[in-house]
Amino acid sequence: MKQIHVDTIIEAVRNICQGANFDLGDDVQRALEESLQIEESSTGKMIIEQILENAEIASKQRVPMCQDTGVAVFFVELGQEAQVVGGDFAEAINEGVRQGYREGYLRKSMVNDPLFDRKNTEDNTPAIIHTRIVPGDRLKITVAPKGAGSENMSAIRMMKPADGLEGAKDFVVECVERSGGNPCPPVIVGVGIGGTFEKCAEIAKRALLRELGKHSADSRFVSLERELKEKINDLGIGPMGLGGRVTALAVHIESFPCHIGSLPVAVNIQCHAARHKSVVL
Amino acid sequence: MSGTIRLRTPLKEGDIISLRAGDKVLLSGAIYTGRDAAHKRLFCLLEKGKDLPFDVKGQVIYYVGPSPAKPGTAIGSCGPTTSYRMDPYAPALMKVGLKGMIGKGPRGREVVEAMKRYKAVYFAAVGGVAALIARSVKSSRMVAYADLGTEAVRVLEVKDFRVIVANDVLGNDLYEEEIKKYRRKN
Repeated sequence: MKQIHVDTIIEAVRNICQGANFDLGDDVQRALEESLQIEESSTGKMIIEQILENAEIASKQRVPMCQDTGVAVFFVELGQEAQVVGGDFAEAINEGVRQGYREGYLRKSMVNDPLFDRKNTEDNTPAIIHTRIVPGDRLKITVAPKGAGSENMSAIRMMKPADGLEGAKDFVVECVERSGGNPCPPVIVGVGIGGTFEKCAEIAKRALLRELGKHSADSRFVSLERELKEKINDLGIGPMGLGGRVTALAVHIESFPCHIGSLPVAVNIQCHAARHKSVVL
Repeated sequence: MSGTIRLRTPLKEGDIISLRAGDKVLLSGAIYTGRDAAHKRLFCLLEKGKDLPFDVKGQVIYYVGPSPAKPGTAIGSCGPTTSYRMDPYAPALMKVGLKGMIGKGPRGREVVEAMKRYKAVYFAAVGGVAALIARSVKSSRMVAYADLGTEAVRVLEVKDFRVIVANDVLGNDLYEEEIKKYRRKN
């Protein structure tokens, strides 16, 4: 059985935490450049140009593109023929976060408890870790730092099956409309449909990892993604909520089978600093 | 919308009254940082009738929690945070003389009304362009609540910080007005 030492994991996590925060993905930059052709508002265009200029500065100077370097959210795929050795796996992820955020001059944004002390843990831990056991002997680790601005605008609704397609569409559009300029548009809208309460939220977030420009594998969802993007861009919210044609760069939908009595819909909004980076060990 | 206006802090009443939603401003001078936790503390002091750790008269508060400064730099990345979270505290600060706020995203009705009443303005900075904004920050000094880390109150010396007037003293709201222009009924 293939063995992967925790020290290798720590180093990899440290590197992807920094890379994710310094380098905006090529797909996001391309989508922003394309959106300049669509945007009609001069303020909107100016904002998109600043976002692109900012991405260049951040990457060149190795500084975070956004001061909110987020909660460190991890999606892990652990091959069932690989074995983690030398220590605790979750602790290795947290140690990588600790080192990556400290050495990369990234902001530490976690508080120890949500209600009472709200004292900063000062090392951006604990990370949020979603793990899947998959065939094979590889360990794939993806970090998706998530800022509060866009995370706070996300929502889930347990709808009735009778609400159906129209109900689901209305809920997604309503979420984006209510968010206005708060989540730093142009946004990417991650939508989860189906599953259970927690599954639905998880797939909505997972949808944000998909490369921009790629649609759902299911043709019915492809047309739904296109339709929702158009409806959202017709809201007029625009870059930073200051009006314009470009509110969403994309809508990504992930679905899952669900209970005969359920129709959960989750909307996870992602700001234009759409960060994620993976490593395969 | 008019051309670019250069403003220096502390803001004078005359400057504030003539600003209109949509004006593009290059802001220079000293501005104070403060976000959720610092606002809560400032608000508690005001409620108890105590003095604030700095005089807010004529001043501008920037809603920001910067990332740590790399050695040899004035500040880390420092874009605006979402402003509505400071809405419960903002009117009390305007009442004691705060004249400007910088953040991102729309403000609540009570804050817009308080801006009219106390003659203050809200500037929108571009969210998520934090490395670019850092270039207009020349220095940073701790003022209060160092224990809050990134959320502490600092005074920043800025030069030509690019902002847009989102709410003026007449109650105009750039967010509302501009979104209406681009909205298409569906």
